[in-house]
Amino acid sequence: MTDVTDAEAGSVTVPGPDTRIIVDNVTKRFTLRHSRSLKELVVWTLRRRRESLTNQFVALHDVSFHINDGETVALLGLNGSGKSTLLKLISGVMRTDDGKVLVRGNVAGLIEVGAGFHPDLTGRENVYLNGAILGMTEQQINDRFDDIVAFSEISEFIDTEVKFYSSGMFLRLAFSVAVHTEPDIFLVDEILAVGDEPFQKKCLARIRELKAAGHALVIVSHDLNMVADLCERGILLEQGKVIVDGPVDTAVAEMRSRF
Amino acid sequence: MTTVQTDEFVEPGRGAGLLDVLRRRYLVKLLVRKELRVRYQGSVLGLFWSYLKPAVQFVVFYFAIGVFLGLSRNIDDFAVYLFSGIVAINYFSEAFGNATRSIVGNGALVKKIYLPRELFPVSSLWVAMVHLFPQVLVLIAGALIAGWRPSIVQLGAGVLGFLVVTVFSLGLGLLFGAINVVFRDAENFVDLILMIATWISPVLYFWTMVTEAIGTGPLWWLYQANPLTAAVELFHYCFWFPATDETAPVLPHLGWIGLGALGLSALVMVLGQATFRHFDGQFAQEL
Repeated sequence: MTDVTDAEAGSVTVPGPDTRIIVDNVTKRFTLRHSRSLKELVVWTLRRRRESLTNQFVALHDVSFHINDGETVALLGLNGSGKSTLLKLISGVMRTDDGKVLVRGNVAGLIEVGAGFHPDLTGRENVYLNGAILGMTEQQINDRFDDIVAFSEISEFIDTEVKFYSSGMFLRLAFSVAVHTEPDIFLVDEILAVGDEPFQKKCLARIRELKAAGHALVIVSHDLNMVADLCERGILLEQGKVIVDGPVDTAVAEMRSRF
Repeated sequence: MTTVQTDEFVEPGRGAGLLDVLRRRYLVKLLVRKELRVRYQGSVLGLFWSYLKPAVQFVVFYFAIGVFLGLSRNIDDFAVYLFSGIVAINYFSEAFGNATRSIVGNGALVKKIYLPRELFPVSSLWVAMVHLFPQVLVLIAGALIAGWRPSIVQLGAGVLGFLVVTVFSLGLGLLFGAINVVFRDAENFVDLILMIATWISPVLYFWTMVTEAIGTGPLWWLYQANPLTAAVELFHYCFWFPATDETAPVLPHLGWIGLGALGLSALVMVLGQATFRHFDGQFAQEL
């Protein structure tokens, strides 16, 4: 086993022993294409206005940080500041244009709870399908199935098709599957608005358990009180740039004073 | 004090392509089951539709081509001949057509959770196989009634034909599935290909009719280079030929043409996988 020195690591800053996520000088641009029809393409090209068919904007601009095991990090910022894009890059759904994202271990992304649920399948079938999508093996799902159903508190409807669920029931089951995947890195995007207050408390307790077990958590939320309570570190983004990276109270205070 | 090796770190979202699919067989199985459940949800006839459609297609072609155009007089056991070709083409159409639509169709998932995206075309292929199976059973039943006594080599030809269609349709499915994300024109283009697929391989007529019309020059070579021609002829050699008195002319060098078709299909699959990986990074933002 070789130690990593500055020289070997090159542009990547040296990861510590507990580092889980490395975000290194990451830039992400989006090209918005307004239209793709051949007719419009020809017409606009002839009028020499082809460049106005697309317009680019930079969602993330030269963002760098490390996240360690057991750290709970809140990503803060207004809509469109690049929080969700950052989560998508860490989960692998999207790729960077410049810079690098590196992760160690498996990532479970809750970019949106219930992605991968199918309304025509029963709750039970969806637990298996969604569990497998989030990276669990058949054995793991079998072992945790009872816990998942118990946590969701909808056991009497587990063999009903999900399309007959209320939105609350649906989100409970989806969240329950996700928090039982036990990933090394847990990405949460605005999902703690799930269910009624007792259920929210239960979710927060479960997230604290994951944190205590040494999992790295990255949480995107607009509920500043909740994240201040749950996370110890905050990263504030504005128009794709990191404004603050420090204790969550500092980041939340800065966010409140700015906006 | 422990240290960390940078090589433990991986870039998220960069999988090993089709190899990753092998590692996640359980998920493929669940995706296939979901697809079959959802497709026949709320339908009274259910899976029976997958028998009914080829049956109707068969009857129409049998009367139009076999009886009205008189091919059943020239080709022994024309029903078996016709159906073995239809089975091969149907398998190709379903696998290729659905694989092309699979990424756009699973857009909600592709945008939100990272999975090796090859999972979706592979699941489409598997669903097509599930539909192929009962058709092959019907075909074998028909062939047995006509007096089917295949040799080992003839059965091997059937397996080779199956492999050709499988590899060819997966390769094309990966290629057009990826392109379809950026240019939805791909779907329509694929429909066009599927429309002519039945006619540019010897499904509804006998291969000697082609050489009679266009000779054995470059056009004939081009005709034979179509992997579907090889697959259909391999199916004929497996299911139809042993049911006849075995006097009909077999396509010359059928074994080599079959292996060549498999090689060409493998090449298409490499090209499809490469294209798929090229576009893979853009899927989430283009959908």
